[in-house]
Amino acid sequence: MKNWFTKLLGQLGVLAATVLVGGILAGALVRVSPGFGTDERELDARLDEASRASIRAARMADRDLFRFYVRYFGSVLRGDLGMSEAFHCPIGQLIRYRAPVTAVVMATGIVGGWALAFAAAIPAVLCRQRFCAGSIGLLTGILICVPSAVLAILVFNLGGPIRGIVVLVIFPRVFDYLRNLLRDAYSQPHILTARAKGLGTWRILFRHVLPAAAPQLFALAGVSAAMAFGAAIPIETLCDLPGIGQLAWKAALARDLPVLVVLTALITLLTQVCNSVSDWAGRKGEAGRI
Amino acid sequence: MKLLRRLSITLLCLMFAIALAADLAPGASYSRQFREFANAPPSARFPLGTDDLGRDRLMRLLHATGISLLLAPSAALASTLFAALAGGLAGYFGGWCDRLLVRIVDLMLSLPWLFLLLAVRALLPLNASPLTSLVVTYGLLAALGWASPARVVRAGARQLRESEFIFQARACGSGGIRLLWRQIVPNLRPVLLAQFLTSIPIFILAEANLGMLGLSAGEPYPTWGNLLQELQNPSSLRLEVFATLTAVALSVCCFKLIFPMEVSRI
Repeated sequence: MKNWFTKLLGQLGVLAATVLVGGILAGALVRVSPGFGTDERELDARLDEASRASIRAARMADRDLFRFYVRYFGSVLRGDLGMSEAFHCPIGQLIRYRAPVTAVVMATGIVGGWALAFAAAIPAVLCRQRFCAGSIGLLTGILICVPSAVLAILVFNLGGPIRGIVVLVIFPRVFDYLRNLLRDAYSQPHILTARAKGLGTWRILFRHVLPAAAPQLFALAGVSAAMAFGAAIPIETLCDLPGIGQLAWKAALARDLPVLVVLTALITLLTQVCNSVSDWAGRKGEAGRI
Repeated sequence: MKLLRRLSITLLCLMFAIALAADLAPGASYSRQFREFANAPPSARFPLGTDDLGRDRLMRLLHATGISLLLAPSAALASTLFAALAGGLAGYFGGWCDRLLVRIVDLMLSLPWLFLLLAVRALLPLNASPLTSLVVTYGLLAALGWASPARVVRAGARQLRESEFIFQARACGSGGIRLLWRQIVPNLRPVLLAQFLTSIPIFILAEANLGMLGLSAGEPYPTWGNLLQELQNPSSLRLEVFATLTAVALSVCCFKLIFPMEVSRI
């Protein structure tokens, strides 16, 4: 019990350190970028010189990265994520409002993409006709060659389901790995023997193939979260969905340092948690406990 | 498969040659505006029509093709070399060097690539020239795209470190950088080639996505991403607008087909 608790504490410590370093690196990257000192508002012809100087002074206050982080982490510990410079409202409120949209987009994409990938990979591996495997391969090949932003805009213009676009991005990428994994698993000697002895297709799949490929499948599931968020950025931006992806784009364009730091830490936390859970599930699966 | 591979290489060379030839043609310009022919449909003079500023769409597409087919492999080469250096050193020397690299790679891989690109690319000075923004875009792709290949190279280097011929080389007195340079790196060549070829289509697609979000090269420089922005206007969704998408999809497909299956699975 103590050993398990120590391991959990260790994992949480590594997780917290990674998130912290991720946030610090993002802030440092933003800070050292050549355009950090400039602000779009300075180009506004309606502002006089005093207003421009005030904007510049406010931006220069964040120039000292160390002071920025001390102030920032102090406020985070008090439960305050800070204020957005571009949106003029608390960052926590922005995230609370936008997170459900991104969560729906990502969840739809991951669940739909995996379901489609399974539905396509199994016949692609098992079907003896070249036409079947070839046509599925061609479809995924076409989808993988089209930028996700183009897929988003085409579905949007054709009036398709916007929240389902991530499915089209996740499906071909997962399918590729899944097909290779299943192909490797089906070529194992014990599975060949089981097929030769006439064991049912589904029984072989659920009792022998999937357990054998479980660790890699869980690892792939962990990566899917990062994949889905990456796809959500152009989709939300181009289809005007008020999610975290669109917030990231707007914050990047407006050089909103506090929002970028919080988002980086948040995304690092999300993907690290997903990866840790998938690693844990993979280890359990390998040990035959699932 | 061999036929498809040859066909892909031929097609890519052909695309690049046509793009170069178009640039050298007298009077050809990607930025010249024919104001009286704005939004013109395809004709003998403008085979792909003109955009809303009256610029020849074919010339812009050919120029963008040249840029992407030149800069995407260059960025992929740079990122592969960096991955070889980082992954090779970490895998070969092990210890704290290895642990540090694994942590950095984990951190980089846990952040979606497009988010990182977006954050860094948007922080260019507002007055950056089109050429600077173009070079910076591909430079960023190279700088941020090394993490995944480095992990593969590290695994390869670790495997080689434990192999028998390396033990023998060590027993014969070879060691350190010499062993790394003379034995490990040449044996990692297939892995590096696979990573290089895998990176090119990823970089092409990333630039296209960035361009669609308005964060690729500044106007009037044409890139595939910039040209794809035309798709955002539903009223201009004509067949000729899809020529850029066809070029992107075709080149990505060709790059994916170039390397043999067994290498792609490394």
